[in-house]
Amino acid sequence: MYKYILRRLVMLIPVMIGVSFIVFTMMYFTPGDPARIMLGESAPEVEVQRLRDELGLNDNFFVQYGRYVKNAVVHQDLGRSYITNRPVFDEIAARFPNTLKLAALGVLVAVLIGVPVGIISATRQYSLFDNASMVFALVGVSMPNFWQGLLLILLFSIQWALLPSSGFDTWKHMILPAVTLGTSSAAIITRMTRSSMLEVIRQDYIRTARAKGQKESVVINRHALKNALIPVITVIGLQFGYLLGGAVLTESIFGITGVGRLMVDAIKSRDMLLVQGGVLFIAVVFSIVNLGVDILYAYLDPRIKSQYK
Amino acid sequence: MAENTVVKKKKKSGPWREVWRRLNQNKAAMLGLLVMVILILAAIFADYVAPYGYDDQDLMRRFQTPNSQHWFGTDNFGRDIFSRIVYGAQVSLKVGLIAVGIAMFIGGALGAVAGFYGGKIDNFIMRFIDVLLAIPSILLAISIVAALGPELRNVMIAVGIGSIPSYGRIVRASVLSLRDQEFIEAARAVGADDTRLILKHIIPNSMAPLIVQATIGVANAILSAAGLGFIGLGIQPPLAEWGAMLNSGRQYIRDYPHLTAFPGLAIMITIFALNLLGDGLRDALDPRLKN
Repeated sequence: MYKYILRRLVMLIPVMIGVSFIVFTMMYFTPGDPARIMLGESAPEVEVQRLRDELGLNDNFFVQYGRYVKNAVVHQDLGRSYITNRPVFDEIAARFPNTLKLAALGVLVAVLIGVPVGIISATRQYSLFDNASMVFALVGVSMPNFWQGLLLILLFSIQWALLPSSGFDTWKHMILPAVTLGTSSAAIITRMTRSSMLEVIRQDYIRTARAKGQKESVVINRHALKNALIPVITVIGLQFGYLLGGAVLTESIFGITGVGRLMVDAIKSRDMLLVQGGVLFIAVVFSIVNLGVDILYAYLDPRIKSQYK
Repeated sequence: MAENTVVKKKKKSGPWREVWRRLNQNKAAMLGLLVMVILILAAIFADYVAPYGYDDQDLMRRFQTPNSQHWFGTDNFGRDIFSRIVYGAQVSLKVGLIAVGIAMFIGGALGAVAGFYGGKIDNFIMRFIDVLLAIPSILLAISIVAALGPELRNVMIAVGIGSIPSYGRIVRASVLSLRDQEFIEAARAVGADDTRLILKHIIPNSMAPLIVQATIGVANAILSAAGLGFIGLGIQPPLAEWGAMLNSGRQYIRDYPHLTAFPGLAIMITIFALNLLGDGLRDALDPRLKN
């Protein structure tokens, strides 16, 4: 197992180098002079040139990229924001807890809806409940979450004045964003749980358990669920990673000060170093989450575990 | 005479005809197809379907609720929302189809080369795809648009590049399962070169999963483009785009919810129809997957 984890960790290094290279290249070739953005349009050219020298912007592409990677790895230094002049890492770290909390709550909503609905749908295949839940799952996947967020604000904040429409301070503030973010994942988890359960409950060992006279609840909860949930856990983990990236839209709707909103604001003010740092940061977290999911999957599935013993 | 009958019978039971027959039996998929046909026709003939231009402003008729003259009402500039949704279909479908085209072309080529040649080439291409996969697609699209600028062409490129990994992986998997089969060996034995083998024999046999992915991919691309429009990084005004319409309508949501209701519904119905069609196509192309 340790061999597997080590191998996956080593594989992460070239991927991270690739991500940093792609993101750095994109931002490097973005039109607009960072020194000019920092000093303003009316700054004299001499001043702009002096700042370019100071920031190392006159060095060639590879020297700049090498310096960026070295600073990021050795000093956790992703540069300074062109607008606020604060370290990019600090700006991101200050907002990341909100993004993480939002994604975690989104996943919680998705699991609380998706897993039980998927199990019931599978155990009552083609029933009214099954058909209705599959239609709702399809609607959930099809409904853009930014529109759903607006509808929830319209109903729960404006019409019924039950929940606040912006902010992220109390649990009341968190309900609408979590539901908005978690709905499409709930739909995906519902479909996955249902198909995984259907596959498992058709297997011979389930028939054997039933033939032995065990109660249906025991057959489902003790025998079927254990195996059916292995792929579902993978999907849940992947959804968590996906929601970390997808939180950008939800943060914009509900005015949540997270990494996504920080990046959108940074793009609008051409603060490209902040955008670059934000993408890199989320990519690192996303990859670590995916790695965690793979390790968990390998741990839960004895077939994979046995390969690395 | 008898030979003719045999030939005719063979033609009738071709694989695509069989797929169409199975698809035809799936009512949900046919509903999805019908909605998409209507939407495509509306987009093509937008100039005839829409009663007003997408940027025809009439400040005297701002914020009208749905009525006989303006079926979906008017927005904050007095523009007809129904007409903007019809023109918005043009934009969304264009983005969806071209973005998927870009992703299929680049992803498909990468996947085919990786799967066909294997070894170091495969390793290099797959690590590149891993790199793209490490960045959540919406963030990748946002950063590409940030770098290139928010305009229609760049949105298509951004959304397309974000979708490359899924096509690359699908085509690679198909190629891996096909490259050692006898018909490929036979084609190689009669002198077909690598390009011909990939283009004429392998890619056509990988079409089934690609078609399913493309159908759902168009839905995802439309959703991503609308998401970009919603945060102000997509197609810019005055072009009608559903996400941007939602964004401009959100500030009036308290008093004029119809400004956000109709563009949101348009996105949802389109994605819903494409998902129905995609699910139906998957079942029709590989009935074993059907639960």
